[in-house]
Amino acid sequence: MTENALDTAGQQAAAAMAAGAPAASAATPSTEGPGRSTVAGPPPGTGGHPPRPTLGRRALALADSLWRPALVLAAFFAAWWFVAAREYVPNYLVPTPGQVWTTMTDQWSELARHTMVTLYETVLGFVLAAALGLATAVAIAYSRTLDKALYPIVLFAQVIPKIAIAPLLVVWFGLGLTPKIILAVLIAFFPVVISGVAGLRSTDPELLDLAATMGAGPWRTFRKIRFPNALPHLMAGLKVAVTLAVVGAVVGEFVGASEGLGYVLLLANGNLDAPLLFADLILMSAIGIVLFVLVEIAEALLIPWHASRRAGVSLTTS
Amino acid sequence: MTAAPAQAGTAIGMSGLTVRFSSRRSQTTALDDVSLDIQPGEFVTIVGPSGCGKSTLLKIVAGLVRPTSGEVSLLGRPVRGPQKEIGFVFQKAALLEWRGARANILLQAEMRGMDRAQAARRADELIEMTGLTGFEKALPHELSGGMQQRVALCRALLHSPPVLLMDEPFGALDALTREQMNAELHRIWRETGTTVVLVTHSIAEAVFLGTRVVVMSPRPGRIIRTFPVELPAHRDYAQVMSDPRFDRLATDLRGLLGSAAANH
Ligand SMILES: Nc1ncnc2c1ncn2[C@@H]1O[C@H](COP(=O)(O)OP(=O)(O)OP(=O)(O)O)[C@@H](O)[C@H]1O
Ligand SMILES: [Mg+2]
Repeated sequence: MTENALDTAGQQAAAAMAAGAPAASAATPSTEGPGRSTVAGPPPGTGGHPPRPTLGRRALALADSLWRPALVLAAFFAAWWFVAAREYVPNYLVPTPGQVWTTMTDQWSELARHTMVTLYETVLGFVLAAALGLATAVAIAYSRTLDKALYPIVLFAQVIPKIAIAPLLVVWFGLGLTPKIILAVLIAFFPVVISGVAGLRSTDPELLDLAATMGAGPWRTFRKIRFPNALPHLMAGLKVAVTLAVVGAVVGEFVGASEGLGYVLLLANGNLDAPLLFADLILMSAIGIVLFVLVEIAEALLIPWHASRRAGVSLTTS
Repeated sequence: MTAAPAQAGTAIGMSGLTVRFSSRRSQTTALDDVSLDIQPGEFVTIVGPSGCGKSTLLKIVAGLVRPTSGEVSLLGRPVRGPQKEIGFVFQKAALLEWRGARANILLQAEMRGMDRAQAARRADELIEMTGLTGFEKALPHELSGGMQQRVALCRALLHSPPVLLMDEPFGALDALTREQMNAELHRIWRETGTTVVLVTHSIAEAVFLGTRVVVMSPRPGRIIRTFPVELPAHRDYAQVMSDPRFDRLATDLRGLLGSAAANH
């Protein structure tokens, strides 16, 4: 097998970005392949590598990484419950966790439908932002002219207050999905471009010299050297982008919508329905967290070789 | 791609090479009027103090740096841009950190679109020869500095280039491995007839490997002298080290490099 694992993984990432769900890139790469795992090394006795972790060990490691956040979360819920149950703050402002839970289960089918709507807008917006952002980053990194021409536009798109243009988008595109997706793209696009440009520009000039002495064309150099080299930066940008995409979708729903979690939030607020409002907030956060973790998993699969991903330096859960 | 096609004339021709690097803060003359002709099949070693422009010289031959003035030709053709008829070993190993050792070596084949099966076989030979067996899948950060350089060497040899440019390829190796690699490189050179230019800081290495030793002055780099190495073409490491001709040449070189540094 001469094809390197990462190249394959890189192509899968690119394909996943082009084709749709970020979940796909997390799910598709096979588990075998040369150089895929950081533990895949010389045979025993030659390199002193730790043995491949067993299932039990993995579970232990997971538990070890989870107990701290779990503890903090439990403390937070306890404090919330304490404040709400004792009515230090009136219940129509801060409901008890129990009330929120009841609302969540009672209205689950409705809430689930709205969650799916917001999730759909977010994912579509994020994928479009990733594809557009990457294309823009490539254009900027490769061409001085496009760099000069595109950077001001990108910056302008970033600094316009999105909430201010949301009503305009509704006037232009109506109450459907379009304005929400445009907002999500607008808001998630910038970190992808910035991280992509930083990544593509960080290629060691010596590696580019090397590619030149191998007679490789720009496409091969991009595919085998520049793109994989840019992945660590790019993944950091994508993690920021995916959480921002949720914000974009919800802001879009605030301005004019008949479904989605943003719409439900306005409704609950209008009816002073605090339990529904809290349930809604929890679902919004859940979307952001789940998508973020999916991007993290994709990162772990794509760049296991990178210093930031080597044993024990993980930024978050995975 | 096979080794060294039959060529007439010089393999590498340099005449009047001058290189000036200018930045906002300063201007550096790295090379000053360097002329050197290298015949096919020669093994030229270059020694000189740090910063005298040895790496720059190799990069000019490879077409990676454009000289401020002067002419270079490679295999009879003028050098205008990056050359692909060469194998280049950079001073830093310059490995792709996401690829295992073997995949790093095979990068050469992938970039050139070489036949896969043949390249894979050749890679395995080179891995065996350089003692990297067992580390085929190890990522660069899991390899020692010397092993990284051996991977870079294998990568440069994979396509059997007619011209091999090497920038301190054994700098990070321990003395013993270095001797072994020297002997190995000597054998490869004898068997393939490759034209080699090798930059080194080791006088012993320069003499053992070279058919000619070129000595450069401190910056701005000039060629101060060229020594023909009067040793048999087929050399054995231990024999060469105890040969009086080796001793004489090494002493001369040491004296020249020492005085050049002192005069600076
Ligand atoms: N891209 C560059 N820009 C500016 N100056 C440079 C550049 N490359 C090399 N130089 C300068 O040119 C001079 C020669 O550099 P070079 O790398 O060729 O030296 P060298 O002989 O290989 O040294 P060493 O033995 O330490 O590797 C140095 O003074 C260096 O600062
Ligand atoms: Mg150098």
